[in-house]
Amino acid sequence: MTETPSRPLVHDLYFEGTPIKDTKAPNVSIEQMWTKREFDAKLVNPSNRRKLSVIIIGTGLAGASAAATLGEAGYNVKSFCYQDSPRRAHSIAAQGGINAAKNYNDDGDSVYRLFYDTVKGGDYRSRESNVYRLAEVSAKIIDLCVAQGVPFAREYGGLLDNRSFGGVQVARTFYAAGQTGQQLLIGAYQAMERQVAAGTVTPFTRHEMLELIVVDGKARGIIARDMVTGALETHLADAVVLASGGYGNVFFLSTNAMGCNVTATWRAHRKGALFANPCYTQIHPTCIPVSGEHQSKLTLMSESLRNDGRIWVPKRREDCEKDPRDIPEEDRDYYLERIYPAFGNLVPRDIASRQAKYMCDDGRGVGPLVGDFRRGVYLDLGDAMRRMGKEQLAEKYGNLLDMYQRITGENPYEVPMRIYPAVHYTMGGLWVDYDLETTIEGLYAAGEANFSDHGANRLGASSLMQCLADGYFVLPNTIRDYLAGGPFKPVADDAPEVVEAQRSVQERIDRLLSIQGTRSVDSFHRELGNVMWEYCGMERTEEGLLKGIDLIRSLRDEFWRNVRVLGSADTLNQSLEKAGRVADFLELGELMCIDALHRRESCGGHFRSESQTEDGEALRDDEHFLYTAAWEYGGDEPPTLHKEDLVYYAIELKQRSYK
Amino acid sequence: MRLTLKIWRQAGPDVAGDFVTYQVDDVSGDMSFLEMLDVLNEQLNSEGKEPIAFDSDCREGICGMCGLMISGLAHGPEVTTTCQLHMRSFSDGDTITVEPWRADAFPIIRDLIVDRSAFDRIIQAGGFITVNTGAAPEAHSVPVPKANADRAFDSAKCIGCGACVAACPNASAMLFLGAKITHLGEVPQGQPERDSRVVKMVAQHDHEGFGGCTNIGECSAACPKEIPQDVISTLNKDLRTALRHGY
Repeated sequence: MTETPSRPLVHDLYFEGTPIKDTKAPNVSIEQMWTKREFDAKLVNPSNRRKLSVIIIGTGLAGASAAATLGEAGYNVKSFCYQDSPRRAHSIAAQGGINAAKNYNDDGDSVYRLFYDTVKGGDYRSRESNVYRLAEVSAKIIDLCVAQGVPFAREYGGLLDNRSFGGVQVARTFYAAGQTGQQLLIGAYQAMERQVAAGTVTPFTRHEMLELIVVDGKARGIIARDMVTGALETHLADAVVLASGGYGNVFFLSTNAMGCNVTATWRAHRKGALFANPCYTQIHPTCIPVSGEHQSKLTLMSESLRNDGRIWVPKRREDCEKDPRDIPEEDRDYYLERIYPAFGNLVPRDIASRQAKYMCDDGRGVGPLVGDFRRGVYLDLGDAMRRMGKEQLAEKYGNLLDMYQRITGENPYEVPMRIYPAVHYTMGGLWVDYDLETTIEGLYAAGEANFSDHGANRLGASSLMQCLADGYFVLPNTIRDYLAGGPFKPVADDAPEVVEAQRSVQERIDRLLSIQGTRSVDSFHRELGNVMWEYCGMERTEEGLLKGIDLIRSLRDEFWRNVRVLGSADTLNQSLEKAGRVADFLELGELMCIDALHRRESCGGHFRSESQTEDGEALRDDEHFLYTAAWEYGGDEPPTLHKEDLVYYAIELKQRSYK
Repeated sequence: MRLTLKIWRQAGPDVAGDFVTYQVDDVSGDMSFLEMLDVLNEQLNSEGKEPIAFDSDCREGICGMCGLMISGLAHGPEVTTTCQLHMRSFSDGDTITVEPWRADAFPIIRDLIVDRSAFDRIIQAGGFITVNTGAAPEAHSVPVPKANADRAFDSAKCIGCGACVAACPNASAMLFLGAKITHLGEVPQGQPERDSRVVKMVAQHDHEGFGGCTNIGECSAACPKEIPQDVISTLNKDLRTALRHGY
């Protein structure tokens, strides 16, 4: 990444750098690419494998499956997670299912169709070669999971049941009730624990990676904090895999788990790994709304409710406080049915989300006041109730409705439910090539932590598929090509790069503990979340993003002057853990705004109000933005943008329309 | 509402702990139990006191990370996880006792946090089906009768939270263990290792210091996923069969 001294500074916010591209995908037709890459990847003699070591951060579907597979192959694997057990990783919360091109229903599905749907769903902002491979290996995932004993839903004949999901017209989604993520993760966890017993995988639970060690341009280890004793540990290896998940918690409130964070990937970014498309965020329209200032997270409810529910707000602002049952039909605004008569309540996620925001911005939101604002719209099952009866409704949605009642205390069979959009998934992540290798040699990224497969928007039931494709089938094949280049020069425990990494982590911890200001970590996190939601959320404008950047900068400045972290470093200290994560979110948030600002088009989950069709739909600008934006960390300087042009050979570019 | 909380505080594994009484005002019924503790922690932080350490992650009832003994009941008065318990289950003026899981096999790390790694070691002992990535046959090559698939799933719902152990007077983990034995025993893929699995897992369970089952049933009553007690019958049956087979 050599720069010319005259590189232009854009908006005073970033430099324009040299383009980048993937060099690993073989130059053959897309159908032959993966076969050729697997064949070309060098082999490692089984007896040499145990001398080669790999560190894996994260034990979700991508991390646990990679640990299991590399362990089975005989490599020496160290696996890290911040939770008390690998089985807790947030993949466990995925509800819907996992896609695979099995075509068990003979309804016209194929590898090509799954590939096509994923590229189209990503609004043509993903890399063809990676997505094709994802579709290609998808079928093997189901075979493996079944062999592991994953209890997928089955038909009476004993064969696997499928459903159609996420707006596609074929039934290719495999599922285990509403707990598919849990069942797949338990499968991967058990496979990994088998390797722990076999001695190939060493687990480090309640450990958090705080720094990456780079020696001679290669990733060679990490600094991790033992979250129980507070000890800083140095772990060295021949390669490092980041499978540490997404960064939706930059918004404070999201459907992510409390501990989900960007620290592992952000530390790698600071050490030279490019961060791609950070602004691509998926906001899900049907979550349970915020109930008060105390809210700590948001819970998703399956979108399937929109099949039978009607979404509305009161026509008049003064009705917003009323019991919805007392608002007569003529005073209700079924706004989706009004604006989009063809699709009605079934418009795509981003449109449904934005319209809900417009209604609330207009002062017609419902539910409790949070601050001075009501954030909620009604999802009314009244008509469905009259049509189907309570029993049938319960059969179809019983679990969901029970969950809603447990959280809100309201009976959805009697009172219209309240919903509001929430941050659910981040498509951006570390830039990786066809091998899933980042721009730091020997550093790989898998699952939600990388950017590679979902473009600007992810389809339902595709995240589980991608994580397991990466961990079981892709990474173990590509990383061996790198490991075959070993044995690598040993890194001394007192190598200058190791000592420097230890020093910087220690210094940061000492600094966080020494500020002793007046505000808690959570209060900063909450404020950052509000800024991100307001200015870098569902709808983004140039003016808003510039304002957001200013606000984040001053908040970050205040954080380092005024945060209060009590306790000490040499013990379990949850405030200290959170402080480190929030400090990184405060840097990431700014980059997300810069990325969103520079991309003056709308695509997928990224909506710039300056770029919309007459109907208010996202309007892409393929002439100027048909590329992946990969950002290089600038330190005290602004970041540098490297563009990877997206070239479509197998698929024709189209503008999507839901009218 | 206004609540009095008696919360177990313990600075570390080797120091004595004790109950400390706190007052929390303005608790809304819409808060989850853990959000109520978040509010208390913010209050403590502003007073310059160290916050109470407790585990939680997904906060939607599936990861199994949270778990508190609330006035003597594992996960509190409702059949759900601590994170999904809401304050509307309590009344103004209540005094609530909050303790960590109590079991020899779950040593306390700090305050309300315990070490449940014994569960991972039980899984390592045999809670899996031996199949390497790449070695699997076509998924439809072996049909699984729906009744078996459904029972496997119902047992596999276990979230490994440890409430069964905390609720059991014997601190037995046989509900956890039985759930895994039943899950893997109900599918054809789990048959080849069925005998060895149960023997090894039971041995590890006992080695960790969990007690035996005496059919009290507190485990199932406390289980947030309502795992039925009959998985323990399956466990006992499988163990008997394995021993008869000479394991």
